[in-house]
Amino acid sequence: MSAFWAIVQRDLRINLGAQGAALTTILFFVLAISLFPLGVGPEPQLLARISAGVIWVAALLAAQLSLDRLFQADHEDGTLDLLARAPLPLTLTIAAKLLAHWLGTGLPLALIAPLLAIMLQMDSAALPALLLALLLGTPSLSLIGGIGAALTLGARRGAVLVPLLTLPLLIPVLIFGVGAVEAAATGLSASPHLLLLGAFLALALVLSPFAAAAAVKLALE
Amino acid sequence: MALSVEGLAVIRGERRLFKDLSFSLAAGEAMLLRGPNGSGKSSLLRLLAGFLAPAAGTIAWQGRPLAEAEDFRAAALYLGHQDAVKPQFTTEQNLAYAGCLLGLDNATAEIRAGEVLDAAGLGRQRRLPARYLSAGQKRRLALCRLLLMPAKLWLLDEPTNALDSAAIDWLGRALADHRAQGGAVLLASHVPVPLPDAQALLLPEGKLAKDEPAGDELT
Amino acid sequence: MHYLANPARFQRIMTAIRPWAGGIALVCLIAGFGWGLLFSPPDYQQSETVRIMYLHVPSAWMGMFIYAGMAVASAVALIWRHPVAELAAKASAPAGAAFTLVCLITGALWGQPMWGTWWVWDARLTSMLILFFIYLGYMALWEAFDDPSRAGRAAAILALVGAVNLPIIKFSVDWWNTLHQPASVLTMEGPKIHPDILWPLLLVAVGFKAYYIWLLALRVRAEILERQARMLRFAAASDGQPG
Repeated sequence: MSAFWAIVQRDLRINLGAQGAALTTILFFVLAISLFPLGVGPEPQLLARISAGVIWVAALLAAQLSLDRLFQADHEDGTLDLLARAPLPLTLTIAAKLLAHWLGTGLPLALIAPLLAIMLQMDSAALPALLLALLLGTPSLSLIGGIGAALTLGARRGAVLVPLLTLPLLIPVLIFGVGAVEAAATGLSASPHLLLLGAFLALALVLSPFAAAAAVKLALE
Repeated sequence: MALSVEGLAVIRGERRLFKDLSFSLAAGEAMLLRGPNGSGKSSLLRLLAGFLAPAAGTIAWQGRPLAEAEDFRAAALYLGHQDAVKPQFTTEQNLAYAGCLLGLDNATAEIRAGEVLDAAGLGRQRRLPARYLSAGQKRRLALCRLLLMPAKLWLLDEPTNALDSAAIDWLGRALADHRAQGGAVLLASHVPVPLPDAQALLLPEGKLAKDEPAGDELT
Repeated sequence: MHYLANPARFQRIMTAIRPWAGGIALVCLIAGFGWGLLFSPPDYQQSETVRIMYLHVPSAWMGMFIYAGMAVASAVALIWRHPVAELAAKASAPAGAAFTLVCLITGALWGQPMWGTWWVWDARLTSMLILFFIYLGYMALWEAFDDPSRAGRAAAILALVGAVNLPIIKFSVDWWNTLHQPASVLTMEGPKIHPDILWPLLLVAVGFKAYYIWLLALRVRAEILERQARMLRFAAASDGQPG
């Protein structure tokens, strides 16, 4: 298992580095959300009404930004050859890379979201639900996104293709995620939505490393 | 025989590169792949490395078909065209990472990386971010991965790319050591390589010949 | 299944099936549309506009049916490496996307007189819209690679991932819909459908399926011929070089 953690550590260092995915993802997330009050007006009721949707849509889009480089960088410089020939099964290698991607992008995004929610006048009762929903939902963004990234390895215009492939598949995350926050804001229980998010995550956790590994193998032929 | 190949055929992107390729390689032996561009040298190496599936034919490792030889993945080391060097990490970090991937723990990997770098003449660049290395130094760093752990088979694709004559001599010594310890080598190159007593395999015909160093390529 | 893996044999069978599929399609579509558009009774609420249903509903069925077929073909292509299954999946996608688009457009046309607006975020229409996006992604992935064998297998993986995900998407969209608005006006299931409505619907559905088989036979044949043409070009290009 030391190889697994070596991959996580190294990818995380790359993600957090100067050219890494983390900074651009968070900057995009904050910027995109800040545009909404400018677009729809600063009226508190309106902002509170759309805040959950805005944050989730921004999170979905921000997660797409770094996906095309997820395997592409390693593919271009030959590191993927090394990873695929290492004793660690490729499925676990992919899982390690996806974990590092989430730690570098999804996790900071989830942690910063309550702050932005306050700026969007979200009901403070809904903030815990927002944080929980994002913590449960953002790993799915990395996992499903990883399939898209692996499928488009070496494709023409892969960067444009990844969102086209992954965004439709991520619609359940958007719906359940927003549902959790809105339920909490209206005084209902958020747990059915959170459970559904968790179920989706469990499925993605089982399915995605296998599908992504199969796709990466195609790219190495 | 360490490695034996029978009736191998490869199709890449609907195009057949070669067919009916048969050869074998015993411990300590070396084979040079020769042939024009696009004749399938790299594809043969990637196939043996397990990246590609053959369209026909069988590959056996120590008497067993490749699919059943669980030890093959660890026993064979592959070096492709690319150096797989991350510019933001130091030379030593780059090498130690490869050690970790091979199953060494962090501390051992670092010690081993240091030793190998010293032997390869990269000891002074040890703490230098790899972005400052020259192309030849990066290639040497990539070759260092072969020396981290003993292996039974090396699959090398153009290992001498960008190497200067001193580095080529170093590679020659490393190849000789590897073979002296019973390791086999399969090497594709379009330039002469210091590899005495190697057979040559001419692609795409699949003819076996004695390798004549610096022979027909120059004329 | 293995019997069909041989392209030449597949060609022969498809050539034999094609005129039958074409004939059945023609007969069923003429009968179904004739019955539905001219002779079936108008709805007491929606009057004549209800007739758009005879195009809308079978198109929606076809959009989903073809995706299911595509997923099965993709699984066969991945597991048994059948080149023909891969081509069948590829040939299905544009047909499926077209039926889905027809369903969306007729849905909008139907919505205008009924709700006074061209688009309603009704659960069913929204699901079809997402299905349309998934078709587009699938076709884009096919086009994104120079090597058709690589493209085929990548697209097959995508089709299977989509097949696992589609029921979840459908469920989530229904869930979303019940949260945001009362049940849609556009319901036509239920135990009692008048036979004068049901029969033309079924006739059109059978006609569409036969048309799809006819189209598939034609397009797979074209794909196989194209693949052979590429091989001949390779052979010509490597003339003089052995191998």
